[in-house]
Amino acid sequence: MAEKKIPEVDIIVDEKAGVIKEVKPQQKLRSKKGHERRINGTIYTVLTIMSIVWLVPFVFLVLQSFRSYQLEKGGMVDYLLPKTFSLDNYAFLFEGSNFFSWMGRALLIAAGCALVTALLVHAAGKWLDKRDGNGKAAGIAVIACCLAIGYALMVALSCALHQYALNDCLVKALILLAVFALVGYIVARIYLKQDSKLLRSIPGYVAEDKHEGAKKFGAMALEFGAAFVILQMVLTPMVESQYLKWYGNTLTIALFTAVIQTAIVLSVSYSLSRLRFKGRKLIMNTVLVLGLFPGFLTMITLYFLLKQLGLTQAGSVPGLILIYCASSGMGYYISKGFFDTIPKSLDESARIDGATRFQVFLKIIMPLAKPIVIYTVLMAFMAPWGDYVFASYVAFGHQDGYNVAVGLYNWVNTNDYQNYFTRFCAGGVLVAVPITALFLALQKYYVEGVTGGAVKG
Amino acid sequence: MVDLNYLKLSKPQKLLYNAGRFFKSIPGRIAGGIKGLAMSVVRLIKGLALSIVDLFTTFRDGDWKTRLSYLVMGSGSFARGQWGRGLLFFLFQTVFNLYMVNFGIAYLGKLSTLGVVETYKEGRKTVYGDNSFLILLYGVLTLFFVIAFIYTWRVNIKQNKIAQQIVQSGRKLKSTKDDLQSLVDSQFHKTLLALPTLGVFVFTILPIFFMILVAFTNFDYNHQPPSKLFTWVGFENFKTLLSSGSASYGDTFRQVLFWTLVWAFFATFLNYFLGMFVAIMINKKGIRLKKMWRTILVMTIAIPQFVSLLYVSKMFAQDGLINTYLMKWGWIAQPIPFWTNPGWARFTIILINIWIGIPYLMLIATGILMNIPADLYESARIDGANAMQMYGKITLPYMLFVTGPYLLTSFTGNINNFNVIFLLSQGKPMGLAGNAGHTDLLITWLYRMTVSDTNYKIAAVIGIMVFVVLAVINLVVYNLIPSVKNEEDFQ
Repeated sequence: MAEKKIPEVDIIVDEKAGVIKEVKPQQKLRSKKGHERRINGTIYTVLTIMSIVWLVPFVFLVLQSFRSYQLEKGGMVDYLLPKTFSLDNYAFLFEGSNFFSWMGRALLIAAGCALVTALLVHAAGKWLDKRDGNGKAAGIAVIACCLAIGYALMVALSCALHQYALNDCLVKALILLAVFALVGYIVARIYLKQDSKLLRSIPGYVAEDKHEGAKKFGAMALEFGAAFVILQMVLTPMVESQYLKWYGNTLTIALFTAVIQTAIVLSVSYSLSRLRFKGRKLIMNTVLVLGLFPGFLTMITLYFLLKQLGLTQAGSVPGLILIYCASSGMGYYISKGFFDTIPKSLDESARIDGATRFQVFLKIIMPLAKPIVIYTVLMAFMAPWGDYVFASYVAFGHQDGYNVAVGLYNWVNTNDYQNYFTRFCAGGVLVAVPITALFLALQKYYVEGVTGGAVKG
Repeated sequence: MVDLNYLKLSKPQKLLYNAGRFFKSIPGRIAGGIKGLAMSVVRLIKGLALSIVDLFTTFRDGDWKTRLSYLVMGSGSFARGQWGRGLLFFLFQTVFNLYMVNFGIAYLGKLSTLGVVETYKEGRKTVYGDNSFLILLYGVLTLFFVIAFIYTWRVNIKQNKIAQQIVQSGRKLKSTKDDLQSLVDSQFHKTLLALPTLGVFVFTILPIFFMILVAFTNFDYNHQPPSKLFTWVGFENFKTLLSSGSASYGDTFRQVLFWTLVWAFFATFLNYFLGMFVAIMINKKGIRLKKMWRTILVMTIAIPQFVSLLYVSKMFAQDGLINTYLMKWGWIAQPIPFWTNPGWARFTIILINIWIGIPYLMLIATGILMNIPADLYESARIDGANAMQMYGKITLPYMLFVTGPYLLTSFTGNINNFNVIFLLSQGKPMGLAGNAGHTDLLITWLYRMTVSDTNYKIAAVIGIMVFVVLAVINLVVYNLIPSVKNEEDFQ
């Protein structure tokens, strides 16, 4: 439009003098830029220093975990870099276990069986696609057959390769199969009702596009592989070292807690947020008051209750799961805050269409609540890794019932800690790496949950 | 004071005026509270009386089905064909009766003394007497059970009354199938809440009630069941903990309480402002690599605290890396007593807690800062405000308003912040009476009382004290914060 550039002029009105002053724009802009640059420079400096402070302990931790407890000292020394880098500490953690050979075999078996199963399902899918998926039952049967063949193959192979008593293995395999079939059936029922195209979507791993098809096939094989590795962990025992035992305990606790606690928290927060019933306010106020009591006050009573159920010492793993989950309904605030923000009109329109409240919960709210579900799972999964108090009290000196936190804490805080310090570092690194990776991968959801919770209080 | 006069006041005067008004209102508030309490007691008695009258009238007007239900719960429902409800009621009554006959009555009877038969040795054999722990625990459980039974009994009669009315008016009763169906629909909350409520009751409410009662007994290392009895002592333990005089429990309690409050103050507000500051820096326009800075800081949240804090506590130890390097470089001659000197230990704990706490607040502040409307800053800039003014007039008030409730929960959380203290210093250096250390919070002291000293009675009193402190803080602050919102508001 305007070809002529209008000169930018800053004007300052001096009221007292009644004068209008003109400031040359160029000069001011430049000084502003310089000012800006100086501020940014300062910020970068501060942030860099902070980053160093934040990361240094972790770098030190990793460095010290490489200092051998045999060649050098295993305790506190007055230098940072180990004289020779060695994996002695890590080797100690796995000492006496057949972890690597076991894992190698397990992966091999799982990979092979997963590939076979995936190929079978793929073929079945192609065949079903040709038939245009009219026979639902036939489709399920075919795919279930493929899965069963893969499963049987895996059981047979792992029995053979691990030289494990067939009888034992078969019993476990059958129990597992029953559990998985039940879960699979329920899931299939729910999905089939929702979307009759499900059958198409399982064979849907068969895609038009070749590249896409390969990707889907890979994903399917990976899923089967992961499932098979987990199955093998239950099927064939691994000779564990002490550290692996603790690690396994913690992992088991964390997995179970993540599932159960999420279910509990979601049902409590959902009903307190969306449903209106008598006693709702009473429940919320009671939780508020109960929350003001310090958590460890009730420790001896809890210990006694668990002891009555036989869940202390050797049974500390189920005992701890019970403790973490039993009262978890009280931590409903954050997810309730999330549910509160989902418009109520969604529920109402579904109710008018004849959906029951259960259906509303499962099919309308849950899909929308994905971020908060992930946040809850993440928190429930991470908490057991850091718990020392209840874990040590419930295990009560029974070494096989420790979790990693208790085991490693005892390594550092005994009289012997001068020898065990570097081994603690190695153990800590092995705990921290997967947890940190998981956390950073799901960081987005964590931020969402935390900020949402803080804002709504 | 008239509004106009108030506006004329200077800032400190305004503050003073407001504080004065708050304190002046306290008697009124207390009176209001008492009045409210009295009103609810009256209402409760009225309700009870009404329901007793209702029991009589229902019995008078009821048919045989209803009347039989007074004796055998659920029989009315059975007779009317609602076998699902009937079965539940009947089962509950059976279980209750069996429990009461076999255990309940015996435990209830002993509750007033907590047992009198001592355990003694007869030659080599130990003859066990009463177990005070079990008596107290099961006594409490039985009490709850009795209350639950009375409530259920009442519900049972109410339902009979309603069912009778429905039948008389010729409408159809709900069948068991309808009842089951309603569990996923109109009564869905019952399905969802049944298990969580049971869990909270058994693993939180029952234990807390039990421990509150323990505070009134002499349950400690000298009175450990099953070999020894313990009994009621009234307010003795409270007197012990609140007693005056140096080197007593009372003295320790005051010191620990003071440090707990100081710690919670610093841990909350220092982290709050520093975290906000960091968030503002990272979010400033023109700063690059925002995500990287955030991720680096978040590392301390991601790594389990028992790894990071235990390692850091060893770094600061007498023979830890920091001291050895400082000595190597010749900056200090003696190792700094990070964990052995009370003052240093407290300072170090607060310092390290910043390392743990800032990232958390940075995340929260980031979320909120993004929500502040940008045009507020725009217009402020046009009006010629500088960065400090914008911060003081826009950012800070907005943040404080939005995060007011969060600050409160965070303060509460820090008073009960066990992990940081326990993993860093375990409460050391020791040296206070009652086996407490100079960095002990109430909660870590409570933990030591329970685990290593087995002094349960004092631990219970400390627990109650923590509750009282938190309740007072919460009540006062809730009355002061304007942003306690009505929860229906943002739906």
